[in-house]
Amino acid sequence: MPEAVRRVLRPFAILAGLLAIWQAVQWASQAPAYILPGPLAVGEALLSRWPQLANHAWVTFTEILLGLGLGLLLGTVSALAIASFRPIRRWLLPVLVVSQAIPVFALAPILVVWLGYGMASKVVMATLIIYFPVTSAFFDGLRRTEPGWLDLARTMGGKRARILWHLRVPAALPALGSGLRVATAVAPIGAVVGEWVGSSAGLGYLMLHANARMQVDLMFAALFVLAVFAVGLYFTVDRLVSRAVPWQAEER
Amino acid sequence: MTQSDQPAGAHGGARVYRFPKSRTAAAGASEAPGICVRGAHLAFDGVQLFDRLDLDLRGGEITCLLGPSGVGKTSLLRLIAGLAEAAGGRVGDDQGQPLQGRIAYMAQQDLLLPWLSARANLLLGPRLRGETVSGAMRARADDLLQRVGLAEAADARPGALSGGMRQRVALARTLMEDRPVVLMDEPFAGLDAITRYELQALAADLLSGRTVLLVTHDPLEALRLGHSIRVLAGRPARLDDSVAAPPGAPPRPADQVADRQGALLDRLAAAKRAQREAGDA
Ligand SMILES: Nc1ncnc2c1ncn2[C@@H]1O[C@H](COP(=O)(O)OP(=O)(O)O)[C@@H](O)[C@H]1O
Ligand SMILES: [Mg+2]
Repeated sequence: MPEAVRRVLRPFAILAGLLAIWQAVQWASQAPAYILPGPLAVGEALLSRWPQLANHAWVTFTEILLGLGLGLLLGTVSALAIASFRPIRRWLLPVLVVSQAIPVFALAPILVVWLGYGMASKVVMATLIIYFPVTSAFFDGLRRTEPGWLDLARTMGGKRARILWHLRVPAALPALGSGLRVATAVAPIGAVVGEWVGSSAGLGYLMLHANARMQVDLMFAALFVLAVFAVGLYFTVDRLVSRAVPWQAEER
Repeated sequence: MTQSDQPAGAHGGARVYRFPKSRTAAAGASEAPGICVRGAHLAFDGVQLFDRLDLDLRGGEITCLLGPSGVGKTSLLRLIAGLAEAAGGRVGDDQGQPLQGRIAYMAQQDLLLPWLSARANLLLGPRLRGETVSGAMRARADDLLQRVGLAEAADARPGALSGGMRQRVALARTLMEDRPVVLMDEPFAGLDAITRYELQALAADLLSGRTVLLVTHDPLEALRLGHSIRVLAGRPARLDDSVAAPPGAPPRPADQVADRQGALLDRLAAAKRAQREAGDA
């Protein structure tokens, strides 16, 4: 029991420690508040501007979650298609490999031109960023099925589609899980970069806006909200992945 | 089909489990065919491991195959299983018919799927073939798990089982397939001596009536389980049966086979020496 309590308290202790260091740096450097506001000033901004922050945060979170969902869906479907149909593999795999080398952020201005200042361009941006790690991790997993299992399936007279569904897909779930973890970590970047390039709402927009007006405390507050959400999202996904592949922990 | 016709014992009451005869004529141990391999050949990088090799297995009997590691035992087994990549040769039953669909294959690794319970691992074959998994099949799986002493572990995943238990699940899965021919590649190699000893007796009992090819590196195992014993040795490898299997039905008690163990060990040591010299040449 004490170990469980400690595990719950540890993140808070780390957070308190970081805040203390931040405050100490602020005092020691005597940096003016418009360069480095202390945690208290940021806390104040967080409270006083909360309705505004919440509105913008809602937009950004929606973009991230939609992007994550779409990217996961498209990524798994693509990986399955590439892994199971040879003609698709021949045509799509090189495209995928080449397109992975394109920095997705460079597409942001084009996406804004095509899809406008609204949410769509940011959702597409986040989707693209998530799509590649998910697709390549899952495809990799599907390709690397333990050969012994496939031999066994062959002697059992297994059908191709059934072998894919009952053997290769579950065997690739841990790989998909680690792809998803990576994707979750980068998804917020996609949405925020999209907002920086051109938007009328969202935490990225709010930060640019505050930056232009030297409201550094508001910028920090927006950053804080984004960080809390990103960390929470990461740990949620991490938990869900571990729960979806419980045998992975048992095997070790 | 002695084992399917027995009542399920402890939990089944008077119920009788019969394996559904979905796979036409040849299914079941009662029609265990002999196996003929003709002109088997295998070469890697210009080195001939075996060439024009013939092997006959008597129907309904256990044949144990020994030999130094790297001589090609696994390759030969996989050729019969229809899994050969590099090896070639004609494989059929003693009527010249193909063996496809009549073989159960048990590799050296247990090859259990870690995300499935022991029971679900037994039901893998039906699932991959697209058969509907019936209550009777589930009951048969539970019955087999009970026979290998794992009734309590039916719902456990392989990660929670010891090496010996996993190997027993793999054995039960091989039997679940209920094929007349069973090919086993060093099935008990990774286990401690006691566990291996127990599993040998169990396997001999459960495999009786089937045509079995058992690859092993353990002379005691071969002498206890084999109706006949073959040693694969040399380069290109030849089969020889200079060490005869002891009399009596398997599983033979260890003390009854002790006198032949020396002869078999000598034969294997000579084979290994020959292998080393061939490698140096
Ligand atoms: N895919 C492969 N490529 C090259 N050599 C192989 C391959 N598979 C097996 N061999 C060689 O064939 C020989 C026989 O292998 P194997 O049938 O596994 O022997 P055994 O089961 O008797 O130990 C070994 O020396 C091995 O190095
Ligand atoms: Mg081998």
